[in-house]
Amino acid sequence: MPEDVNKYLPLSKPKIGISGKTGSWRIFAPEINYEKCVKCHICVVVCPEASILLEDDRPKIDYDYCKGCGVCARECPVGAITMRRER
Amino acid sequence: MVTVKDLAKMEDLLLKGNAACAGCPIGVALRTTLKALGRKTIMFVPACCTSVVQGIGPGAAISVPLFNTAFETAASVASGAAAAAEILGKDVTILAWAGDGGTYDIGLQAISGAAERGDNVLYICYNNQMYSNTGIQRSGATPLGAWTTTTWTGKTEHMKDMGMILIAHRVPYVAATSVGYPDDIYEKVKKAKEKKGFRYIDILAPCPPGWRFPSDMTIRLGRLAIETGFWLLYEYEDGELRFNGYTKLVAEGKREFKPVEEFLRLQDRFRHLFEPKRRDDILEEIQRWIKERFEWYLSLAKI
Repeated sequence: MPEDVNKYLPLSKPKIGISGKTGSWRIFAPEINYEKCVKCHICVVVCPEASILLEDDRPKIDYDYCKGCGVCARECPVGAITMRRER
Repeated sequence: MVTVKDLAKMEDLLLKGNAACAGCPIGVALRTTLKALGRKTIMFVPACCTSVVQGIGPGAAISVPLFNTAFETAASVASGAAAAAEILGKDVTILAWAGDGGTYDIGLQAISGAAERGDNVLYICYNNQMYSNTGIQRSGATPLGAWTTTTWTGKTEHMKDMGMILIAHRVPYVAATSVGYPDDIYEKVKKAKEKKGFRYIDILAPCPPGWRFPSDMTIRLGRLAIETGFWLLYEYEDGELRFNGYTKLVAEGKREFKPVEEFLRLQDRFRHLFEPKRRDDILEEIQRWIKERFEWYLSLAKI
């Protein structure tokens, strides 16, 4: 593919945060209690936003993009994630 | 078998910060599908919620090549791409990714044509049982009694059985799965990827604004639909129909379906069946339909 292809074709490129920082949509924010967490990684798989990342085998929430839907808190088998009202 | 830990470690090709609603089932369904297919995939998306989720140019939230088609043409455009890939000798998966409006109603003739020709296309329908993107209108997949903006008092017909229509085409692979089981989605997409010819997967996708439930219940409702028998986990492969997961346990007699009320009560689109006056006639008809449909599938299946 020629390098100046974008000059002639209206091609989109993959980009994180295409709708801006979607974390600003959030009303309730999830919080992980690492003492209760059993590292089952279910929250990472069911997060509709892909905003729970793995860091040293531990789930970590990316608050820049988390929309606060609460799926992770509902699905956590040990109740390690709680939803806290943010605003 | 893939485990949840394996799934968690795989690369995400649906990027965060996309334009989906909070709790959108497309997130779970598309992430898992793209994990199974990998980067060597071309997506064909007709008018549906995914064309909104991907965002507006010059960026995109999906990191595989994607082409937006007209509403009725996802399967026919994908057919052309499959023919081109074959001539050029490229090893890519051609994925048509459409909602239930573009599959059950508007795109039906294109799918039927592609299935009849046996084009090398993987067609995935994420089925939220209504036209959600245009504002919650009735579609062929809407179940009996469900409220939509065009059926104010509840739909009066049962949903269409798209899986059976495709099975009647004798295509190599047909499967139905649910957003409640990401590992099941992964297994079925992986299996479909290895096959040649027209393949169809139907993913039930509970939609929070359309079905009127809190956004944290998406996965729970995807599971309850299976546990009540409202939706079945099955796959049709090489002329044989088989059940998976919970549906298989019921077919083997190890479990029983829960009463469908447990599933319906959590959604406000069925609220008029419970209040102000309980509509036992419709509730019993839904329960009867679930039983009848499961017995029909059971008579065709090899357990």
